[in-house]
Amino acid sequence: MGFAGLAVGAAMAGLKPICEFMTFNFSMQAIDQVINSAAKSHYMSAGSVKVPIVFRGPNGAAAGVAAQHSQCFAAWYGHCPGLKVVSPYSSEDCRGLLKAAIRDPNPVVVLENELMYGLSFPVSDEALSEDFIVEIGKAKIEREGKHITLVSHSRTVGFCLEAAEQLAAEGVSCEVINLRSIRPIDSDCIEKSIMKTNHLVTVEGGWPMFGVGAEICAQIMEGQAFDYLDAPAVRVTGADVPMPYAKVLEDGALPQVKDIVLSVRKTLHIHNDATQRV
Amino acid sequence: MDSATSRKLGCAKGKGGSMHMYNYNFYGGNGIVGAQVPLGAGIAFANQYKNNGSVAMALYGDGAANQGQLFESFNMAKLWNLPCIFVCENNRYGMGTAVHRASASVDYYTRGDYVPGIRVDGMDILAVREAVKFSKKYVLENGPINLEFVTYRYHGHSMSDPGTSYRTRDEVKEVRQSLDPITTFRDKLLQVDMVSKDDIKAIDAQAKQHVEEETAKALASTEPDFKQLANDIYITDKPLSFRSCNAFEKLPHEANI
Repeated sequence: MGFAGLAVGAAMAGLKPICEFMTFNFSMQAIDQVINSAAKSHYMSAGSVKVPIVFRGPNGAAAGVAAQHSQCFAAWYGHCPGLKVVSPYSSEDCRGLLKAAIRDPNPVVVLENELMYGLSFPVSDEALSEDFIVEIGKAKIEREGKHITLVSHSRTVGFCLEAAEQLAAEGVSCEVINLRSIRPIDSDCIEKSIMKTNHLVTVEGGWPMFGVGAEICAQIMEGQAFDYLDAPAVRVTGADVPMPYAKVLEDGALPQVKDIVLSVRKTLHIHNDATQRV
Repeated sequence: MDSATSRKLGCAKGKGGSMHMYNYNFYGGNGIVGAQVPLGAGIAFANQYKNNGSVAMALYGDGAANQGQLFESFNMAKLWNLPCIFVCENNRYGMGTAVHRASASVDYYTRGDYVPGIRVDGMDILAVREAVKFSKKYVLENGPINLEFVTYRYHGHSMSDPGTSYRTRDEVKEVRQSLDPITTFRDKLLQVDMVSKDDIKAIDAQAKQHVEEETAKALASTEPDFKQLANDIYITDKPLSFRSCNAFEKLPHEANI
């Protein structure tokens, strides 16, 4: 609470602070400063108070850190007007989104992932250049496909890609969308994809109720892509339980590739043990 | 042992983990730094309310000592004369940050301001015992007290902390050799002939054996049943079910009253 508020105050007075939470679980104590001081001030002051701050840190589950250290805050922060919220997957995402967040005059929450910090990704020279940014609010199609759209953010994008590989061997072509931004969310990209594939599965690490997937499904219902759905959209999420400690339980609380594959097969009416397709 | 290794016979049945162990009169560790202090004040509040002659102890570290909620707890405890013993375990490092880099005042026993405090040599077993004995009587008659135990941490703070990037190995070695609470106490006992070297050998062997047995038991024990995943989320007189990771399977929650 104290240092988060101090950072917001410094931003209001003209600096460009980056406030790091050791994990976003600890931001729950400081959340009043993020929402009431940072997110709402520009609005409340009709534009005279600016808060060019970045809040960053690991979000969501790590490994074996139990209930108080494993919560995903994408839905919590994504809920609030005045904030921008990004959730990088690849190295390119991390670099580009963080730089975009810093350059953005609005308060931005950058949800990183502890388990991904050590992973390497190939990066283009362009991505290493000084002014490389990833536009906030624009998703990336990580893999093109034609039978079903998988929409995800952060670590679970990797699971979607794995599931897509697995399903490709059965003749199912999945389009994998990496959201990159939670707020604003790239609904155009999702809609365009659904209008092509006619099927949707959302995938996230956070809890199901009132989550990122729930929001996507609601937006699809209200928008033009609804008429293109050939089956109800379904969500793959973390289980609706506090994170248990024991590995055998933790594995059941977090979405796996098999949950994505199951959801794709159910949505496309494919039997588990055959490549039959309706 | 069972809890740390996430076995089902552990005090939290494998669900809580190393940071969250519970027992009779022990309300657990808290992973969110400082959050346990208002909880401790709350337990003291309940004891006072029930007039049961019990006290509460709320322990926190030097890192947590700068948390705002501690000062709110001190205020309420002093205002209402709560029988609460606040204990700062000052092991000189908040994870990896040395105390003088984090705190404007490192006299943690004074940080309660209007709550009186005592600094105690946390490496001296007898001093710790006497301080707690004194405090238990004191808070029942006078309201809160703030103890500071000056101590040391040999290993890193957690699995994420190697423990050597912010201090020298020599420092750790020195403390272990000259200030270790167990070895210094042992030497004191030997010095005044309260025990013999053979007695010490026997105690050491017994302790080692106990730890080895418990470890073996824990490792041989089984991990929790998968059906425990969604149990104990609520107190409920009828079974519930909760969403799993996909839309097609539900997780059962047993009734528990």
